[in-house]
Amino acid sequence: MTGDRTRVYPDEPAGPFEAPPRTVEDRADRTVEFRAVDEDRTEDLVAMYRAFDPSDRAQGIPPVGEERIREWVEQLLDEGVNVVARHDGGTVGHATLVPDAPTDADSHELAIFVLGDYQGAGIGTELLRTLLGEGARQGVDRVWLTVEPWNKPAIRVYEKVGFEPSGNDRFEREYSIRLA
Amino acid sequence: MRVLYGLWDADRPRRGLELAAERAAATGDDLVVAVLAPGDRSPGEGLVADARETLTAAGLEPDVRALSGDPAGRLVALAEREGFDRIVLGGGGRSPMGKVEIDPVVQAVLMSSSVTVTVIREP
Repeated sequence: MTGDRTRVYPDEPAGPFEAPPRTVEDRADRTVEFRAVDEDRTEDLVAMYRAFDPSDRAQGIPPVGEERIREWVEQLLDEGVNVVARHDGGTVGHATLVPDAPTDADSHELAIFVLGDYQGAGIGTELLRTLLGEGARQGVDRVWLTVEPWNKPAIRVYEKVGFEPSGNDRFEREYSIRLA
Repeated sequence: MRVLYGLWDADRPRRGLELAAERAAATGDDLVVAVLAPGDRSPGEGLVADARETLTAAGLEPDVRALSGDPAGRLVALAEREGFDRIVLGGGGRSPMGKVEIDPVVQAVLMSSSVTVTVIREP
């Protein structure tokens, strides 16, 4: 029911955030590379989401089953702004901005996923920052997200990066950020 | 079984009532539709007419009630007062990203109803 929402954005833009490509050492001394991706990387993302722990799924995504995963990934890569985290030749994290079409193409919904073995090492925070850098580079002004209220680690990361409560909580918490 | 379907403007999926009507026709359940009006508006005539048409098309005798006032509160009160066995709602939408969303009316019904609630989701 996105169209009905009254969403408030912070007055001041956050950032600046560095756009990809970037290389960062995580807290487990792994060298992690962040880069923007398009349709060419569909299979890498399908492989990552097939390896995704079902208990880390949130709010119905990622979908379950290879066919539905591929359909969803294709949609994200086609419509959105996408950044991945790579380590040792594999994709270990993905963050995406999807426009609120057709009502508001200036505003984008954000989601981020990191494989279980790579969680808790600071990768999510850097992936999020890099995605916002890429979004700003591509002219995205406003970003929002929802998060389950018990997902405290995610909420801490969003707040650290500059997201603020959007005044639109329902069952989920909703946050927003302004990039320009 | 007596089933109460709650219908309102933002109801999604649109086919929710159709699915519920087909099921009631197949099982012989009694299906009553409550058309709800969030805020101070009165329930839309169009929505009431659509609901009657959907029930008739499924071969059911249309029983459609229009309720004004707080949608969740009125719906739950009707279900409890008249001894319905189940409330059925649409309102299973998704965000641009594909995240499952819970409509505020659905959330309020889930949290206040002592009657079993079924939410119809988009596939």
